[in-house]
Amino acid sequence: MKAAQLKIKSHIHIVHNRIIWNNELIYSGRETDFPSFIKKAYKDIGTDYPKFFKMDNLSKLGFLAADILLGNTIREPGREHNIALVFSNNAASLDTDRKHQKSIQDKENFFPSPAVFVYTLPNIVLGEISIKHMLYSENSFFIFSHFNADYLYDYANSLIETGKATEVLCGWVDYDHEDYEAFVYLVSAEGTTEHTKEEILKLYRTK
Amino acid sequence: MSDLKQELKEKIITQLNLEDIAIEEIADTDPLFGDGLGLDSIDALELIVMLDKDYGIKLTDPKEGKKIFESIEVMANYISEHRTK
Repeated sequence: MKAAQLKIKSHIHIVHNRIIWNNELIYSGRETDFPSFIKKAYKDIGTDYPKFFKMDNLSKLGFLAADILLGNTIREPGREHNIALVFSNNAASLDTDRKHQKSIQDKENFFPSPAVFVYTLPNIVLGEISIKHMLYSENSFFIFSHFNADYLYDYANSLIETGKATEVLCGWVDYDHEDYEAFVYLVSAEGTTEHTKEEILKLYRTK
Repeated sequence: MSDLKQELKEKIITQLNLEDIAIEEIADTDPLFGDGLGLDSIDALELIVMLDKDYGIKLTDPKEGKKIFESIEVMANYISEHRTK
């Protein structure tokens, strides 16, 4: 498959208490904090994944975005798919890392949570998405100062052109100090939107 | 003892993020792992930390947890006998 033939099959945005899938508002909440918002959205949308509430905020954000997109796009759920994952953000897992640091600050009150080790780090969100949707494929999580359409575009093209994946789920999933944004899109042979740097930026800026 | 059982149910739901389980759904003799509440190995580690932090009980051998965390009833009995705070 040549890069010039690739399309953006589907895209999703989670930001400012709203979930917009393919330009359609599918959830809007009035919650004043992220944990309440994502919990309500998860239940309202009917997502079902036993480990969801174990995840940290970054993972919940990325998992829900990918789950809505893939859940509505994958034709044969329950079968292995060759969809690579290329995610990125600015804050890595700093928000949870700070909480963890706080829990080990006092030698007299030293009780780090084992779950933090298991359900934190940017790569965890990729793992949970892969488990839920049976993606035994390439995955990477990059840290950038800002949304980097050029890099994601080149990386997705390279994965598909070299036969390492048939589709690529690309994303910007960032969470820090209650500021959050998820923008996830699927690069595929199918779709109506051209896969170009300009289109990626246009979709990213439309919130 | 019934207060301790209630307290344990509340702590388990909160600390293990069991968002979909209500206190009244946990029977005192329900298995906590496997077919019961479905807790996993990471939850077991969280429970070991909870015993230390809230009740001053240090488990030196994590394998001990297998017996102690059998059910709320078994946990409550163990905590009553061994707690230091």
